[in-house]
Amino acid sequence: MSQPPLLIGCASGFSGDRSDGAAAVVRTLAARGGGTLIFETLAERTLALAQLARNDDPNCGYEPLLDELVGPILADCLRDGINIVSNFGAANPPAAARRIAELAREQGLPVPRIAVVHGDALNGPEHRALLKERLGAALDGLDIVSATAYLGAEEIAQALSAGAQIVVAGRVADPSLTLGPALAHFGWDPADWPRLGRATMAGHMLECGLQVTGGYFCVPGLKEVPDVHAAGFPIAEIQADGEFVIGKAEGTGGAVDARTVKEQLLYEVHDPARYLTPDVVADLSQARVVELGGNRVAVHGITGHARPDELKVNVCYRGGWLAEAEISYAGVQAEARARLAADIVQKRLGADYKLRADLIGAISILGDDAGAMRRATPDSHARDVRLRLATENADRALAERVLREVTALYTCGPAGGGGVRTALRPRLNMMSCTIPREAVRSGWNFLEEIAP
Amino acid sequence: MTQTLLAVPLYRLAHGRSGDKGDISNLSLIAWDAECYDVLAEQVTESRVAQWFAYRHPKRVTRYALPMLNAMNFVLEGVLDGGVNDALNLDTHGKSLSFRLLDMTVEVSPELASRLPDIPGDRPAAA
Repeated sequence: MSQPPLLIGCASGFSGDRSDGAAAVVRTLAARGGGTLIFETLAERTLALAQLARNDDPNCGYEPLLDELVGPILADCLRDGINIVSNFGAANPPAAARRIAELAREQGLPVPRIAVVHGDALNGPEHRALLKERLGAALDGLDIVSATAYLGAEEIAQALSAGAQIVVAGRVADPSLTLGPALAHFGWDPADWPRLGRATMAGHMLECGLQVTGGYFCVPGLKEVPDVHAAGFPIAEIQADGEFVIGKAEGTGGAVDARTVKEQLLYEVHDPARYLTPDVVADLSQARVVELGGNRVAVHGITGHARPDELKVNVCYRGGWLAEAEISYAGVQAEARARLAADIVQKRLGADYKLRADLIGAISILGDDAGAMRRATPDSHARDVRLRLATENADRALAERVLREVTALYTCGPAGGGGVRTALRPRLNMMSCTIPREAVRSGWNFLEEIAP
Repeated sequence: MTQTLLAVPLYRLAHGRSGDKGDISNLSLIAWDAECYDVLAEQVTESRVAQWFAYRHPKRVTRYALPMLNAMNFVLEGVLDGGVNDALNLDTHGKSLSFRLLDMTVEVSPELASRLPDIPGDRPAAA
């Protein structure tokens, strides 16, 4: 008899996602015999922000909403044998693991076996030398906040096979959160590229949460989605050969159909024959989808090729100051007055002062930083326009000048400008490279093996 | 007798989503069905898309065809003003760019146009 599918539900697509979706996912998994719950909470810069938090307090540096994500479903997961796998450890996986153990104690639960993945942080001097070799002069003089390698599914799979009920990681590739449990469950050969390719794309479908269940899909009049305000988080059913079906939590809104699945399948893909992860090069060039009804869609035709030789590294560094200021105009010649206001500020700051101007309500986000599109677009006579001016500078005082100039438009004109808001914030910039796998010493431990 | 073709915006034939990695944006374009896909395959070429996004000065535009999904994937290099960490755009990710692509027009027969979804009163952006 064939093995039953592995069910993996995802209840977060980034740090900042809705945190109330896990309960419906867990109920669905439990009703269907158990499975694995994953939370994806690390965008490219999230980890640098977490590192800054850890610098300030050695007990911080993991996902700030950890309690909210895990607290409500911890008892149910432990009771129903649902494992939890996540990158919510961010810059401090041991602290996140300790917090989960504490949550279990607070709730009167037996403390679960928690595994902690390590090795993604590249903080040693030998790592810096290697990054210098790869990035060269671009690295000179930078105030580096974090450097992390994208780990794969191997440590997660090993920890689950050893009996971990919860696996806490920092930087692992998003789809590896799904591939790890699949490797452990089915016992696949880690070089079985077609199976790894398929399960990796199952992870890709899950890792952005509602993006595959109709949330980041709906367009009134063109692509309607029922009860989108209460759209459910996705669940993948992975078969022993890696083929998978995408569905969603029971009793939720949203939709999973061929269109929602195709949009997510191609999300952030370049060459569909070569989707790179640390685990495999997935190949979706021959993918096809079949609607099964009941918000379930099967994805067929995916395969995989040997994994890349090197691991991707993100280096985040302090990037100076971002200054943004806004002012609104309405009525006759509103757009013309907003355009004039932008010209006035540019003239006063000088032609060399880098300034982006957006006419919100007429032309804004579609334009380029240099303003070519804005200048090429004739005045549309928009009658309710918000001008946004933005700059960046390593020198805080220079960045602040645009804030002062926009505020002064209150009396200096053009006529009728109101509602000035200004903001100044430090920037985190990023660059990427790859490094040899041997340079990254990754592994995992049970929490009790880690010195507090 | 030659039939007069109608110019219609892509959003009547297809849907899509933007993704970003660094300074590279990918825009999926997914036709409602095989008939619509044939129109895209013929008319939505790399050079037309490069032209449509010329103001964002793409270094290269590559089209990958996925006929089994009735879809294509456009990869636009160098269009995000440095990407999510460097751009001054409010939409640093370029999330909105897929909807810019959906405003591009293609020519279809009046018969096909009559069967396509429409948003009455909408006037798509010009080139």
